[in-house]
Amino acid sequence: MALKASALKVGDTHSECVVENLSRTQIVQYAGVSGDYNPLHSDEVYTTQIAGYPSVFAHGMLTMGLTSKMLTNYVGDGTLTKFGVRFTNQVWPGDTLQSTATVEAVRNEGGQNYVDLKLSTLNQDGKEVVSGSATARIDP
Amino acid sequence: MAKITFPVEATHIMMFARAIGDTNPVYHDAAAAKNTEAGGIIAPPSFAQAVAQFDPEYHLRPKPGQKWFGSGKTASGVEGKPASSGGLHAEQHYEYIRPLRPGDVLTCETLPGKTWERESKRAGKLTFRERIVEYRDQTGELVMIARGVGVTTERPVDQG
Repeated sequence: MALKASALKVGDTHSECVVENLSRTQIVQYAGVSGDYNPLHSDEVYTTQIAGYPSVFAHGMLTMGLTSKMLTNYVGDGTLTKFGVRFTNQVWPGDTLQSTATVEAVRNEGGQNYVDLKLSTLNQDGKEVVSGSATARIDP
Repeated sequence: MAKITFPVEATHIMMFARAIGDTNPVYHDAAAAKNTEAGGIIAPPSFAQAVAQFDPEYHLRPKPGQKWFGSGKTASGVEGKPASSGGLHAEQHYEYIRPLRPGDVLTCETLPGKTWERESKRAGKLTFRERIVEYRDQTGELVMIARGVGVTTERPVDQG
């Protein structure tokens, strides 16, 4: 259900664990469906021996997708008007991610109510892997 | 850049939702989705990234008869490539005019974006490249705008 402007205030938060112990298989699942087969995400041999990373790591877009799950659970389906992120740290197999949306503004524009949110996804060490923002249409 | 035709399909949406671990019925159950505020199956917010499947030239997909830079008999199928980390995704932004739905046939046009550089302690010189993609539906209406920023690093990102 869509959020209601009358029930929201600046500083409200919604938080969810969006993945626990991320598996290499889930990263492969994302590679298959998105079409991004960059070996950095599925080929441990290439990634450790050629690219110089400790292991394969998640697509940034998988982390954005995981973050979007928390976001749409909060604002409802088909209500987003904007959603943007920066990938600030890599996400590795075994990571557990917590995504949080914080209300920054509740406003009315041309008769339509909107909520502006700040987004943050942290790993199990409290390191931010995604920072972002979103805007959704809400009910009065 | 050539325009890409991107047919939005229910099975693709279901598989995408599975990959991001999202069990919301609005992505896979037509009957349940009908009774939601979305009024039917819609695509998750970052689904448009899967347009790569419909780009015949997409460079991160192995193609028959062409050498692939991932491992096979050796750690990389392409000899003499520098051991750089290659490109990483730095930012992604979407503006939605309406949600994508099964049956949409989108035309995607990539517009030129900015390029800039920055020094970083963790990965040396960073070169950022912006890509803007406009998605129009079968009636020619603009439904979504995506702005992505890719970064090429001088060396692998230090994990310290």
